[in-house]
Formats: sequence, C-alpha cells, structure tokens
Amino acid sequence: MEILVCIKRVPDTSENEINVNRDGTDIERDDLVYSVNEWDNYAVEEAIQIRDRVCGSVTVVTVGDEETEEVVRREMAMGADKGVLLSDEVFKNSDGRGIAGIIKAEVKKGKYDLILTGAQADDGAGQVGGMLAAMLDWPYASLATLIEVTDDKKIKVGREIEGGNLEMLEIDLPCVLSIQTGINEPRYVGIRGIRKTASAEIPVHGAGDLGLSPESVGKSGSKIKQLDYFVPDAGEGAEILEGSVDEIAEKLVELLKARGGIK
Amino acid sequence: MDTALIPPAGAYVLSIPAVVFSVLILVAGTGIFAYIIEKRIAPLFSAAPDPRLDHFKKRFIFMLKYAVGQYRQPRYLLAGIIHIVIFAGFMILSIHSASLVLTGISEDFAASVSNSIVGHIYGALKDVASTFVLLACVIAIIRRGIFKPKRYSVPPEYGKDHTKEAIFVLMLISTLMVCDMLFEASLTAAGIQKGLDTELLVPGTGTRLAAGILLTMSSVKLQTIHLVSYFIHDLTFFFFLCFLPMGKHFHVITSLPNTFFMKLDKGTVKPVVWGVEEEKLDDLDSFGVKKFSDFTWKHMLDFYTCADCGRCSDQCPANAVGRPLSPRFISIKCRDYIFKNYPLLGNAATNKKNLIGNIFTEDEIWSCTTCGACEAECPLMIEYIDKIVDLRRGMVDDGIVPQSLQKPLRALEKRGNPYGKMEKKRSDWTKEKGFSEKYKVKIIGKKETADALYFADSITSFDDRMQEIARSAVRVLHAAGVDFGILGPAEKDSGNEVRRFGEEMLFQELKDQNTDAILNSGVNKIVTTDPHAFNSLKNDYKDIPQVEHISQVIAREIKSGAIRLNGVEDSSAVYTYHDPCYLGRHNGIYDAPRDVIDAIPGITRVEMDKSSDRSFCCGGGGLMLFYEPIEEKRMGQLRVEMAKEAGATVIVTACPFCMANIEDAIKTSGLEGKMEVIDLVELIDRHIK
Repeated sequence: MEILVCIKRVPDTSENEINVNRDGTDIERDDLVYSVNEWDNYAVEEAIQIRDRVCGSVTVVTVGDEETEEVVRREMAMGADKGVLLSDEVFKNSDGRGIAGIIKAEVKKGKYDLILTGAQADDGAGQVGGMLAAMLDWPYASLATLIEVTDDKKIKVGREIEGGNLEMLEIDLPCVLSIQTGINEPRYVGIRGIRKTASAEIPVHGAGDLGLSPESVGKSGSKIKQLDYFVPDAGEGAEILEGSVDEIAEKLVELLKARGGIK
Repeated sequence: MDTALIPPAGAYVLSIPAVVFSVLILVAGTGIFAYIIEKRIAPLFSAAPDPRLDHFKKRFIFMLKYAVGQYRQPRYLLAGIIHIVIFAGFMILSIHSASLVLTGISEDFAASVSNSIVGHIYGALKDVASTFVLLACVIAIIRRGIFKPKRYSVPPEYGKDHTKEAIFVLMLISTLMVCDMLFEASLTAAGIQKGLDTELLVPGTGTRLAAGILLTMSSVKLQTIHLVSYFIHDLTFFFFLCFLPMGKHFHVITSLPNTFFMKLDKGTVKPVVWGVEEEKLDDLDSFGVKKFSDFTWKHMLDFYTCADCGRCSDQCPANAVGRPLSPRFISIKCRDYIFKNYPLLGNAATNKKNLIGNIFTEDEIWSCTTCGACEAECPLMIEYIDKIVDLRRGMVDDGIVPQSLQKPLRALEKRGNPYGKMEKKRSDWTKEKGFSEKYKVKIIGKKETADALYFADSITSFDDRMQEIARSAVRVLHAAGVDFGILGPAEKDSGNEVRRFGEEMLFQELKDQNTDAILNSGVNKIVTTDPHAFNSLKNDYKDIPQVEHISQVIAREIKSGAIRLNGVEDSSAVYTYHDPCYLGRHNGIYDAPRDVIDAIPGITRVEMDKSSDRSFCCGGGGLMLFYEPIEEKRMGQLRVEMAKEAGATVIVTACPFCMANIEDAIKTSGLEGKMEVIDLVELIDRHIK
C-alpha cells in the first residue's frame, strides 16, 4: 500500500510562550522552537504500522520553507521511507484551500492508495484534509481512531463519536483520512535516528514542478483574508489569576470553595 | 601400614577391584564437568566486549574481600552467618574431598597425608568443620523449608518456587558431611576394636559421635559402612560438581571471577560499546542491548553468579512499592534464558528474539530509579544499573519510549531542560524581589569572571520551590567568601538521567554544550546543590574543573571557621538526614552532610533504620519525575513513614529531587504540619551567623 502522510511544522506549544506580536499580524517567533504537529505524528506512526503489516511504502509531504525540511527528516527517522518538501516563494501565505491545492498537485504526480493527515494542527483550522479529499474527489473520513486494511480495495475505519462510542465505516481506496490522537502510541525519535537521515535526499517541488500557476496559490490565490490577530479582552465574569504557581493554586482552591465547586 | 579396614583402593566389589570404580567416577565426573563448563562459557565468547583486566592488584584484593572474606554476608545476619559457616567449612573440606577422591585410587595416598603432623591437625579441623557445616545445613533446611523467609518467595509472574532446589542442594551437602563422618568413624571404630593406634577424634564432632555408635558393630558391618560411605561420598561429590553449573549454585565457582572482574568505578555508566569512542557512536548499527548476545560477557557472568538470595529485591525501592521490577529476576530470567537457548545437548538456538516483550516488559525496565540499592547489597557484586541502561538504550534506539518521557526528552533536545522553558529564563531565580537587591549573582561570560561556578541544573533553575535552594546556596557561598557565578542561559541540563534513561546521543549533546560553556567560563572549580548534576559532572564529563557538592564545601568552611552557626532555631524538632542516592551510594558522601547538620549547636538528629548505603530512594530524579509508573504506593510515602518511625519531625535532604518527592509524600500521607522537609543548604542558610 502506498501511503502519503501530510505533515506540518508548527511552533511547539508546550515548549514556548506564545505571544501576539505588536502589529497583531502574527505571534512573536524570535524565541520559538518548532516541531511536527502532534496529530501528524500519530498519522505517520499509523502509516508506518500499516506499511509494516501489509507492505508498501510511506511518504511524508509538507508545504513550507527550507527550515521545514527538519520535520520531514524527523518523520523519516521515525520510519517513513520517503519525504517530499513542497516549497516555493509563491506558496507563502496560502490559505487552507491553497495548501490543499498544492498537495493535490503532488498527489497527482504519484500513485497513492491512502492519504493521512492529522485531524488538525496546533496553529491551523483543520480544513486541509477535507478539502484535499474533495479536490481529488476521493472518499474522506475524519477523526479516525482505528484503521483496518481489508484488502487492496477497501479499508475499515473506526471513528470515535459522542459518548465514547465507536463508529465503523467501510471505505473504498484510494481515500483520505484525518487522524485523531490516541489512535496509537507514536514511537520515539532520538537524536541518533535524526542524524541517520541527515544524508537522505529530500526532493523539493516548486510551483513549476507541480504545474501550478503562481496566482492560484499564496496570498493571491487565498479566498480567506486574515483581518486581525489578538488576545481577546477578558469578558464579564472572566478573571485571570496572577502570582506564583502556589499562589494561583491557592486562589483557585479558594474560589472553587467559595463558589461551591469543591467542599 | 596395618589398617583396621580394607581401604577403598584395596577393596573388591562384585569381584572387581573397587579402584576401577574410583577411577571411572573420577574420569566420568571431571569429563562431564569440563563439558558442562565449556557449554556454559561458550555464550560469553560471542558476547559484547568488556575490558576488566586493569588494576590487577585492586581486583585481587576485592576478590579476597568479597568472595573469600564474605564481606557483605553479615548485612543479613542470620543468613550471613549460616552462609559463612558453610562456606568456611567447604573451603576446609575441599582439601579433604580432593584427597578422598585420590584415596580411592591409591592405598598409600591417604596414609601418607594423614600421618604427618599437619595431617593430624587438619584431620581434627575438618572433623570440626564437617560438624559445623552439617549443623548449618540443618538450620538452613529448617529456615528455607519451614520458616520460609519472604525474600525467597517467587511471585507467580516470575515462575515457580525455588525452595526445592535450595533444599536439594543442602541435602547434597549434608550427604557429603554424613558420608565423610561415617567413613572416618567406621575406620576409627574398627581400629579401637582391634586395639590399634587410632586417630584422635575431637569431642563433640559428628565423626566422634558416629564412632561411638559404630563401636558396637561387627567388623564386617564396619567394612561395609566404610566402603559404602566412601562411594556415596565419591558419587555425590562428582554429582554435586556437575550440578553446580545447573542453577544458582554455579556461584560456588563463578563468585571468584565475578568479584575479581567487578565494576570499579561507581557512579559511572558503561559506554555504549566498550572501545568505541564517543565521536564514533554514530557509526554503530545498533545501540544498547536488544538481544541476549548484546550483553557483555561480564553481564552474562553476573547471570550465572546470582545466588538467588533475594537481597537486591529486598532492598529495591521499585519492588517495595509494587512496580513491576525485581532485580533478582533480571538475573534469574536471563540465566533461565541462557539455559534454554544454549542447551547442554544440541546447538544454541538460532532464533534470537528481542528481550523486551519476551522476557522483560517495557515497564519493568523503565521502573528502575538507578538508586543502586541492589548493587550496594549484592554479596557477589552483580551489576544492575549498567544492564538497565543498556536495555533502555536498546529501547530508545527502537523508539520504544513511553509518551510521558517523550515530551521532556524533546524539550531537553530543543531547550536544554525537560520543562521546555526558554533558555533566557534559566537565571530568573536570581531576580526575585528581596533577593536580587542584596545579592548580585554574576553570569559568567565575556564581562564577568569567577573562581567557582555554581551549577544549579534544571529543576533548581526553573522550579519555584527549588529556586529557594539556589538562593540559599548563594547566601551560604557568599557567607563562606566564595567568588562564584553562574552560566545563566548557557547552562544546559547536566543530563544525568538523560544518559541513564538510555538517550545517549542527547546526553552527548548536552554534555558537549555544558563542557564548552564551563571551559569558556574559565572557572577553577564547580559547586552544585544537585547530586544528579554532581554525579554527572564528576563521573560522566571529562576534563572539566573539579566538582564539589555544596555539603562538602559547607563542611570544610565550618571546619575552617569561615561559616559559623547559631544555635538550633527549634530545639524541640528532631532532624533526620535522608541520603540522596547520587550523593551517598554513587559517590560515597555520607559523612559531610551529617557533620554539617551536627555542627548546629543544640540540634537533635536521629538516624532512620535505612540510612547511608542502605538509604531508601525517595522516587528518583530527573526524567523519573515525568515517568508514570505502575505502582501501589509512592516510594516517598514509604520514606516519610520511615522518618516518622525514627521519631523525626524534620527530614533534611541534600537534593532537589528528594525535596520534590518527599514534599509530595508528606502531603499525600497527610503528615502536613507534623513532618517537614528542608534542604541541607537551606538549613545552614537559616542558621548562619
């Protein structure tokens, strides 16, 4: 089975302090560290496990600049066979639809049976997977928590739905699935593994390679425009506790007691 | 020489000269033994390298101390004494046993030996020895068979009970003793009957007792007893010899080489592969121990040497709180694995499976806090930490790491600390209100220099509570007149646990970054309040200035008079000192912290039952704080109970991780207000004049 996994490099939310920049166009990126979007990690792990069960290969693909190559290597260290970086000046500031369009062009160059994406990204809108499926006119299931390969034509997909119930679907291949965390336990990628992939060749495909016109992508191709970027004002009834961790905890306990939350 | 009875070498059995049987038994016995040993040693030759031929004199002395001198046996008093008696008896009787074997072949041999003065003295000595050994065996059989001390029991997940084998061997030893006694006694009895000059028997010995009983028997019967007891002894002797390598009694043979080849450098972790330089690690195909043959030959020898005494697991804190780890069964399971896969008959198994998932579980290997209690206890100097670390290296290499540990490891890779805090905030602890106005802590770099470096390490730099320790250290060092500074953002996690959790390459990166920063700072010495950092800097890092734990600095400065202390603040409080594993067991610093506490005038200090090298780990440090173990109780809770039992109201420790674990345990045990924990440097800070 030929599997393509779409991944994204995002600021690591657990290892950063995220602040909005002064002009309100983005977050402060000076001191940030980046990693693979958490959901994508689960998607790659799932793809590797499927490949190990039924043979085939796993390719990871991402849209970004040259620094983004780092996450492709990391996922290759995890066990993906190939990596592709879709990078071009004109891709910058693409909206979700633009990104889906770029990936679609890459998909058309290959012959994939299954495409996995993370259910969403830390800094995204959770739209690329669905749009990609629609553009390809492939079946799509979101928030998959279980995948069983029936044969080379069909797979079964489990989705967690309200109340902890599981829904089982049967889907024809090729198809697109978005992967929910918890579907597996992603393996650890150590420094040694990453270094081993340092010499692996990662092809870079630009708009020309993909047959995309510059106007269809980037800011000019976007149908969505970002207006502002800010921390919302505290609304009525909202209160932000301040102080050291101990002080905050103490205040919280007092508040919960006072409001009857705990006894 | 005229003898009362026909000796074995001169007798006939079924018209065949008995000497034929003696020779047959000797040849077959030694032949089979040699074959078994050859089979047992074979796997060691295909094992990983492990150079242990350095420091010959030191090793020889250790072998005499631990194997021959039985140095650690009395740590468990009753079992230890029984063992020493059996061992000493065995040493004495081994000469006799060997001469008995030859007695069956040459008539003159026995006589020539026993008729000398040395022979007479030795004869008396071995009669005493055999009596003591027999008595010790009887006590041991009663102890193992009836009283069944808990530490010998085998939990169902680890297989069947081992009592049968233990008692079987004790019976073999007893048989040897009884046969020896009857052989000698029958000869003496016959001699007395015939009025010959007989060997003088020591009163109270089994031989003398037996001689007294046998005196009433006919000489024909005595002759039969003499020969039968001889051949039972001979057969049992060789059977026992060949039985030794079949189980835990292999230690009778392997304990000598095992103690000779023991690990000499405590506190360190073995390199990934001996002989492979750190720069060449990237070229290795695989890391750590995944399959059995990845173990070093010495670690395999450890498995053979385990005497199944259970002392390691009895001291293991992970085992005590019900984590799925029992060091004893690391050895036993591996020994069973060798026996099964390298059989005495037939070829070694070619199907080499991964150890994890087959004989070990992932949680079993992650459960170890590397506290070293097992290694401090093992009478045979078996190593566990290096094996655990090697197994973890194998798991890390295969990506098998619990999610709870992946996050801090990633943060360490990206930010140099397990919390993912920004590097520039590493020195924020110096900026606290009320402190920063009085104490200016230098950040050593281009502008500032200092004589000493205070290495805070991650938890002390970032954790709100532990920052207090850092600020106390600053005040104490200031009072002692030490010219010091910190590395600030250039300091990374020391990596003590990163290495011990098997992420060697990440450790190497942290070590390289710290080493550069330390060397660039130009300091002459390093002081730390964190025993984990202390251990790593001292034992894992190379070519950096000398490292001291702050307790050593304080002890010295109290002696020199630079630090003077006020009388104890609260004279009703009872203090106890909890030894951090990486200060005590791994680095042998037991006295300095105690001396420091005792220097406070009027202080009352008690010792917990488990202290010094038997200290009980509070739950582990570094990455262990992130691991979510399967356990019934927390180690810290058990430790706090021990302090309570000792009558203490304040636990003094000298490690930020101990502080975190014990503070937590006081809360979860409902002892808030009754029990307190304080770091040694904070205690001194409070009492400084």
